[in-house]
Amino acid sequence: MIFADAKLKEDVFDAKEQAPTRDGFGKGLLELGERNPNVVVLCADLAESTRVLAFKEKWPERYVELGVAEQNLAAVASGLAVYGKVPFITSYATFSPGRNNEQIRTTISLNYVPVKIAGSHAGLSVGPDGATHQALEDLALMRVQPNMTVVSPCDAEEARKATIAAAALPGPCYIRFAREKTPLITTPETPFAVGKAQVVWDSHEPAQVAVFATGPLLFEALKAARELEHAVPTVVVNLSTVKPLDRETVVAKAREAGAVVTVEEHQIAAGMGSAVAEALAQECPVPVEFVGVRDQFGQSGEPKQLIEHYKLGAAHIAEAIKKVRARKS
Amino acid sequence: MLTEEKLKELELKAQAVRETIISMLIEAGSGHTAGPLGMADIFTAFYFHILNHKPDDPAWAERDRLILSNGHIVPVRYAAMAHAGYFPLEETKTLRKFGSRLQGHPERLRLPGLETTSGPLGSGLSQAAGIAYGAKMDASTSSAQAAPKFRTYCLMSDGEHDAGNIWEAAMFAGKNKLHNLTGVIDRNNIQINGYTEEVMPLENLRAKYEAFNWHVLECDGNNIAAFVEMIDEAKAVFEKPTVIIAHTVPGKGIKEIEFDYRWHGSPPGQGPEDVWLKKDQGKEMLNELRTLRGKIESEHQ
Repeated sequence: MIFADAKLKEDVFDAKEQAPTRDGFGKGLLELGERNPNVVVLCADLAESTRVLAFKEKWPERYVELGVAEQNLAAVASGLAVYGKVPFITSYATFSPGRNNEQIRTTISLNYVPVKIAGSHAGLSVGPDGATHQALEDLALMRVQPNMTVVSPCDAEEARKATIAAAALPGPCYIRFAREKTPLITTPETPFAVGKAQVVWDSHEPAQVAVFATGPLLFEALKAARELEHAVPTVVVNLSTVKPLDRETVVAKAREAGAVVTVEEHQIAAGMGSAVAEALAQECPVPVEFVGVRDQFGQSGEPKQLIEHYKLGAAHIAEAIKKVRARKS
Repeated sequence: MLTEEKLKELELKAQAVRETIISMLIEAGSGHTAGPLGMADIFTAFYFHILNHKPDDPAWAERDRLILSNGHIVPVRYAAMAHAGYFPLEETKTLRKFGSRLQGHPERLRLPGLETTSGPLGSGLSQAAGIAYGAKMDASTSSAQAAPKFRTYCLMSDGEHDAGNIWEAAMFAGKNKLHNLTGVIDRNNIQINGYTEEVMPLENLRAKYEAFNWHVLECDGNNIAAFVEMIDEAKAVFEKPTVIIAHTVPGKGIKEIEFDYRWHGSPPGQGPEDVWLKKDQGKEMLNELRTLRGKIESEHQ
């Protein structure tokens, strides 16, 4: 059943309200703009689709246009941060942190400045644009950089909170957003803190499998848990912060359940599931099944088709849950 | 104002900086020789005449910002900083060693007085433009009185102009008329693989920057008086950012290695042996620099 303390939307499974996580980013920026005059937004010719247009219209003097130049985007932001600003840099995740990875590494992470990297259009759900625009390796690129915090919100509301929280961090932060509308899962009352995993589903019976999900696929994980409610008791955890990993919660839930499934719209290699596996290998080695993209590029298609094709939906998560439980004995 | 007396003082200081560079490189056993020597006059001009700075208060908000984009020539910066009093001269001997604040390529967090972390080429101008843009942003707000007033300088190599990132930054600074930003290009014509015009021609460098809406100046980068004059002109230009193409001699001060690109990335003791054997290179270089300093001193007396 839905874990009460998570204060999720009451009718969460009806998925009546939907919004892309990038919308939550836009809202969060507007709140930040009011609160903190040092917040500035840098954009690489994608103001509307990265949802920074409203900020630009409200505070044109705090909006910096870079044109299609992502390397400059990152390094100019580094300079602004050294000077004393809190810059948010925005583009599609394939370009930032994709194209400008070295500038982020040297001038932001190693240089330890509070630049916030907002990667939009991450995951397969970008849909028709195809593989060139579907970032499936951004979490990996960012989580291997020392000093970097990595957050992947599950819905627009959590995206809003993550945006606001990122600005308060003293160092750099990557936040991953998606283009496609997905169900609102959380509410303003849902607890959120960077670095803290949140249980969102817990069975009546002791859980036999712990499911860790990040990003909008959390909704698919919830559906899988409900579908298996009477067959396999599970605990579902929203792991919106990929780094620093909430090891305490991850290890505790894995230990209680004795088996783990990870779910992400990202390459299995070096993503959230890998982070979980790294922690568990050291502290609590249990069987793990990974739901994610298996060393392939995406392609054009409708988001739902792609989620099915790459085996990331509720049915696939349910299969993984059954499979990992079978591996326990 | 640069008096005759001050100029002589700077020239002597530049020689002392060169000697420190060679001593550091000998001690480190690795690092770049030609670039730092070629830029010793410019760094001396900055740290002992141009910059508005406080070596005992490196975080002073009003300090001029000196950004080094081509981080590999940082020995010259460390040497000039030590002579200026940022840290003890003795510490220059720790260059590139374990635990040192003087990393092989500069890191802002390790050594107060460094403004950025650099080494990978082509992104310093972007960072400098970011700093200058931030200052300009604040200068145009209602609380402008409280905003710190300073100039931003960005030192670049010529070879790093192969990188697209620099031209992205040049476009950005030109568009935003960052008059508080001055770029300095160490036009020494060499890079690791050979002469710049053979590896990847950069000319016409002046026309390129002009096309990007910059004010372009050129001078002899080993002539301190000429360089200071260019800096003064750059301060007076209000409509555009300015770039100074400083023609320098790589390896300047040691005749035997001047203009020789083979000395770009070799320290004394590991360079080509057609003039001096490896084991004698450090000693010979220091001797030559000391003799030159003696000459300047006697001219002055």
